[in-house]
Amino acid sequence: MTHHVLDMPATEAQVRALKLGDTAMLEKTLFGIRDATLIAMFDRGRTTRLDLTGHAVIHTAPNVRKVEASAHDPAGYAPLCIGTTTSIRMERFTRLLMEREGVRIIIGKGGMGPQTTQALRDLGGAYLAVVGGAAALETTWIEAIEDVDLDDLHPESLWKFRIRNFGPLLVTMDSHGNSLHAQVQADAAAKRAAILASLGASE
Amino acid sequence: MQLDPREIEELAKALYIRALKLLPRDIKQGFAELVQRETDATGRTILGTMVENIAVAERTNNLLCQDTGIPIYNVTIGRNVAFDGVAMTEAIRRGCERATREHPLRSSVVHPLTRRNEQTSCGIGIPIIHVAFDTREQTVEIEMIPKGSGSENGSFLQMLIPADGVAAIKRFVIDRVIECGGRVCPPTIVGVGVGGTSDLCMHLAKIAATRPLGTTCADPEGARIEAELSEAVNQLGIGPQGLGGRSTSFRVHLEVAATHITMNPVAVNIQCHSARRASAVITPGGIAFA
Repeated sequence: MTHHVLDMPATEAQVRALKLGDTAMLEKTLFGIRDATLIAMFDRGRTTRLDLTGHAVIHTAPNVRKVEASAHDPAGYAPLCIGTTTSIRMERFTRLLMEREGVRIIIGKGGMGPQTTQALRDLGGAYLAVVGGAAALETTWIEAIEDVDLDDLHPESLWKFRIRNFGPLLVTMDSHGNSLHAQVQADAAAKRAAILASLGASE
Repeated sequence: MQLDPREIEELAKALYIRALKLLPRDIKQGFAELVQRETDATGRTILGTMVENIAVAERTNNLLCQDTGIPIYNVTIGRNVAFDGVAMTEAIRRGCERATREHPLRSSVVHPLTRRNEQTSCGIGIPIIHVAFDTREQTVEIEMIPKGSGSENGSFLQMLIPADGVAAIKRFVIDRVIECGGRVCPPTIVGVGVGGTSDLCMHLAKIAATRPLGTTCADPEGARIEAELSEAVNQLGIGPQGLGGRSTSFRVHLEVAATHITMNPVAVNIQCHSARRASAVITPGGIAFA
């Protein structure tokens, strides 16, 4: 197990070096994205002026406060509480995000499915798990909101966060076809018959 | 005792914010018990992060989770309380909107077809307001539950038939917990409804999912099955966040209602580890938060 510190954006080689069970800490820049953002971008043909090439996106929609735009808060928003939403809903967008926008890393919770495993392998990406529901802590890793696009979708806008010591995150899907989520699911399925028998509920 | 809508509005606002920031004592105790029993290294680390988050939220006066949820208000009205029901529900709605605007909170509520977000945490039929009655003298209790979507998406109903028996109810629960894996933010409370009509069965599952830890099903047969299932789900190895370990659930909770001779309905509704709820009691002496 290796600990990686990544100054974002990252190269394909850096991301391919992330192996299942490794930990990672991200620095500098992170983008926030979720259901409505992805539907707008890939089902409705909307584009963004923000460059995601080599970057990490986190599945989120933050709690923010409107503030006067300033050097510290150039987008006119201050972060209040920023956490992570369940990733699997965004499964069909992973390949599109990587191919069209050049995204390298997805941060989320709950893991993603076989389409994502394949896209990460083909295109050189990784999925990093953050602890869902630990948003108060996660917020302390975010310094500012640098930019926002597609804000008519608020709060499901495309957010650009300035981050510091964002993590530790756990590599749970790597670019070599491995998925801890799939492993845990398979293990649980294998235990099912014995557990049902102990409940007197065998099929 | 006469209910004052202005007081209800302030309380509805305060309870929403309070629920989002302070985890109930029974859930904190539930974490302490899981930490003691967890043997998986990753599971222990994740539980540690969750416990740290509870402390950070309190220290920084921040929300526990970014998901402000679907707002639910459960109002229980005792004896000898005079109130205007329409004014009361309007006051709760205004309090919910004001919490969203004035804190501010992320509005997580959209129109189901247009997906338009009014940025108020309110919409058609939302907030959900349940009104019930009990025997307490001159007492009104309001419970606020911001129900997170990650776990709410772990909701299932099956209209089993009598020939399927209790075994099929147990299989349904185990299979849904496996299916949900890490998506529902484990460790969870698995709420199970058994019996009733389809809508009552789903509602029972929600009551079960949001019942305090340490309480048991009032029906002896239901209590026996929830104890069995509580042991069983923690043998699946799904663990905190679905990344492996013993701590898949704090507990399985079951609620039952009588059903039809031809029916055997079962429902599952899951509550995530950020099992937030806040309540307050109004009496002639004033307001006391639980």
